[in-house]
Order: sequence, then structure tokens, then C-alpha cells
Amino acid sequence: MPLRLLKYALSKDYPGTRFFKAHETPKKSYDVVIIGGGGHGLAAAYYLAKEHGITNVAVLEKGYIGGGNTGRNTTIVRSNYLTPEGVKFYDASVKIYEGLSEELDLNLFYSTRGHFTLAHTESAMRTMRWRAEVNKHVGVESYVVGPDEISKACPQLDMSCSGQAPILGALYHAPGSVARHDGVAWGYARGADQLGVEIFQNTEVLGIDVKAGKVVGVNTNKGYIATSKVLSAVAGFTPRICEMVDLDTPIVIHPLQACVTEPMKPWLDTILVSGSLHVYVSQSSRGELVMGSSLDPYEVHSTRSTLDFVEGLTSHMLDMFPFLSNIKVVRQWAGMADMTPDFAPIMGKTPIEGFYLDAGWGTWGFKATPISGKTMAETIARDHAPDLIHSFRLSRFEDYELTGEKGAASVGH
Amino acid sequence: MKLLTCPVNGTRPLSEFVFGGEYRVAPPADCTDAEWAAYVHNRSGAPGIKNEWWYHAPSGTWFIAERNTLTDKVMRTYLKGQEGSK
Repeated sequence: MPLRLLKYALSKDYPGTRFFKAHETPKKSYDVVIIGGGGHGLAAAYYLAKEHGITNVAVLEKGYIGGGNTGRNTTIVRSNYLTPEGVKFYDASVKIYEGLSEELDLNLFYSTRGHFTLAHTESAMRTMRWRAEVNKHVGVESYVVGPDEISKACPQLDMSCSGQAPILGALYHAPGSVARHDGVAWGYARGADQLGVEIFQNTEVLGIDVKAGKVVGVNTNKGYIATSKVLSAVAGFTPRICEMVDLDTPIVIHPLQACVTEPMKPWLDTILVSGSLHVYVSQSSRGELVMGSSLDPYEVHSTRSTLDFVEGLTSHMLDMFPFLSNIKVVRQWAGMADMTPDFAPIMGKTPIEGFYLDAGWGTWGFKATPISGKTMAETIARDHAPDLIHSFRLSRFEDYELTGEKGAASVGH
Repeated sequence: MKLLTCPVNGTRPLSEFVFGGEYRVAPPADCTDAEWAAYVHNRSGAPGIKNEWWYHAPSGTWFIAERNTLTDKVMRTYLKGQEGSK
């Protein structure tokens, strides 16, 4: 390693290999244009090329890849959801994640830790039992555990939570994991690039050209691109993209904040979530505690973070881990979460021919990156959504067939 | 500390208020099923200046705030039916 560093220092050229080609000017037309170079958009591009042979694809990213919610989440991957449709979908994602480092030939630091959702009240215990039964029914390893097992897995945890909210039990989810989120975006970008997909950074979509109910092209700050298929995978910017095609959705944007502490020696093996205390926490491979809390309480299209958030979160962290009182928070940030009323995503076709939506990822998008890419690629290639995402279609609202996942949100948002 | 002005109680810390969502007008009772479903579920999610319901919890006052959801700046607040008072 030091020798390699020395080579970098002495070389006049950039000796490393680029992850993907730095394209500047888009071609006049593409078979598919993907708006948004986050994990979801890049995964869709990768699977379009790999599984469907569609390689004439452009990914347009307004900033830099993985700079949106892909790089802002708390990296937790799990499938302990509430509805059978949700559990099946997220379980398929976990299964792809488990082999993804190998497939993309990039170490994603995918680390299976086990995931405890703590219950401090009888009603929370009831939801944990419900989720455990749905999970088991679909074949996902989740079960309810008592205080002794929690204490054994995390002896540092104050089981009375400063006497404020004694822990009665938890939903344990064995496959719960963390991964390096920017690695996921970069791995998919490289994979897609190697298969012929073109990635454009600093390329903003200014309008979408629709004629007689069909997509015919997109206007960008780098010129007009003709295409008959557009995928919007832009998380917090979804309402702005949908406005370009006059499509109404139930999506409302709320900021979601997170923060990390200074690095510590490894002590927290598992992922812990407390709905009542509005905390989820894991320790990263660098030793930082990665912490998140509930959504900001009102609509804002901004990634500013607040002191209120960090004060509230750390006070609850101290209820759980009083010994952390001297540890410093070193970074905090926010992402724009595209929330849906039923806490399930909106995926698939829309009333506009050739306009596909991968949205409504609110606070649950990172864990779904591989499977959403795969299923959206299939939807675009065949112009038909696979059964796995039928319950997430936009028209479910018109049909009053909502997919209620709020009880599986990590904290009471 | 963020502040918000209640039309009855004056400027108070934001923590005393609860967000009530966008102010919307229901379609007429004889609208189509599709129009009603759109009213029930859809929202104007894009950023802009919106009229929103806010609630001052300590005094139980519901009022309307005109707020830019991109910059989080509040233009004015008023009680429903008293738009022209300020």
C-alpha cells in the first residue's frame, strides 16, 4: 500500500482506473433515459444492460452519483416488514445484497449484524409479534425475544432506559445488516458503465417532452435527448419531475436527518432500533455510531439539518447508553424523504406511456436498491411490472388498495 | 430557535405548533370517483408558496400560514376567513 501511494504521489498522470467514463455531451437519442444517478437509477441501468440487453441507456445525474439519499441514509438493510408483499420484496433485496460484493467485484462492507427492534410498551410488543408471524410465514428469520436475550447481545444497553421506558422485548431479525452505501452506487455505476451505459454527472433535466400521452424526449442543461422511455428515480425530487409530465401523486417531502459520532473501538455488534425513543443506531466499520431518528415534522424541500434534531436524538441515546455522555457528534446532515401515505413505495408504470416511476422511497429506500433496480429494469424492458411490485403501483391509491407498512417503519415517524 | 406567529397569541417557538398539512378545498359531492380518490390521496408535492393548516397546541388555535416550502420562510399567518385582515 505505501508503495502504491508513492506511485500516486510521483506520477504526473492519474494512475488509478476510473470507475466509469466521464461522458460530457449526451447523444441525440437513447432507448432509455434514467433520471437520477443514485443507487436505484444506477441499479436499474445495470440490470437493463445485464439482464435485458438494453445498453443504449443514459443516466442523468444533476449533481454527482450517490450524492442524494443513497449517500445520506443510515445504511441499514433488513426485510422485517409488516405486509407479506413488503416482506417478500425486501427479502429478495437482502438476498441480492448478500452476493452483491462478489457480483460487482467491489467490497461493499456488507456486514450481517442482527437487528433488534426494541419494544417499550405492550402495544409495541403486539406489533412485534404480528411482524414476527408475517415474517415467519414468508420464510424470513424474525422472532420475538425477551429482555435477557437483548441484554446478552448488547450488555451496554440500559434495559430500563434511565427508568423512563423499560424494555419489554424486541423483534429480532437475524439477516439485518449494514453496508457501505456509496460503494453500492459506485459498484452499480461501474457495472453499468462496463456494459455500455453512459453516465452523465452535472446534468439536470429541465423538462420532459410528452406528445399525445407518450414520452418523446427530455430537455436537459446539455441539450435535448430523444427517447421513448424515461425512468424517474429521484427520491426527494420526485414531485418536481412529476410536475413536468402533469402527474399528481400522494408524495410529500419531509427532511430526514442523521448524524455520526467520533470513531470508537468496536463495541456495538448489533443494529438497535427503538420506536418509542425514536432512535436507530449501528456502529460503522470505521467505528462511528451512525444514528437516525424520525422525520422532521413538516414539509420542507431542503437538506439543512437542525440543532433540535441532534439534541432530541442524543438525549434519547443517553437514555439507552448513559456511558456515551462524553462522546462527540462530529457530523449531521439531512436528506429529502419522499413520503407516501401508506409507507410503501410507488413503482412501475404511470398513465403517461413511457414514463416509469421508482419513487416514494421515503425512509426505506437504501435497503431496496438491488431489487428495485432489478424490477424496474424488467418493467421498462417488458413494459409490464412484475408481480413482486404489483402492490406498489401508483394506481393502488385510485383503487383504495393501499399497502400499509407504517407499522414496520423503523421508528414512529 | 425557529419561531412562528400565531394570529391570536403572537410570536411563539415553533415547538408549540403542530403542522396540519396543506389547506385544500374538497371537490363537490357529485364529483367522479377518480376526482374523489385524487382529493383523498394526492397532494401538491412540488415546492412553492403554499397555504397550510397549523395548530398552536397550548391555546388550541387552528390557523393558516402562507409558507414557502423551498426556503421555509413564512409570509403571513391568519385565521381562516380573515385573509384580508393583515
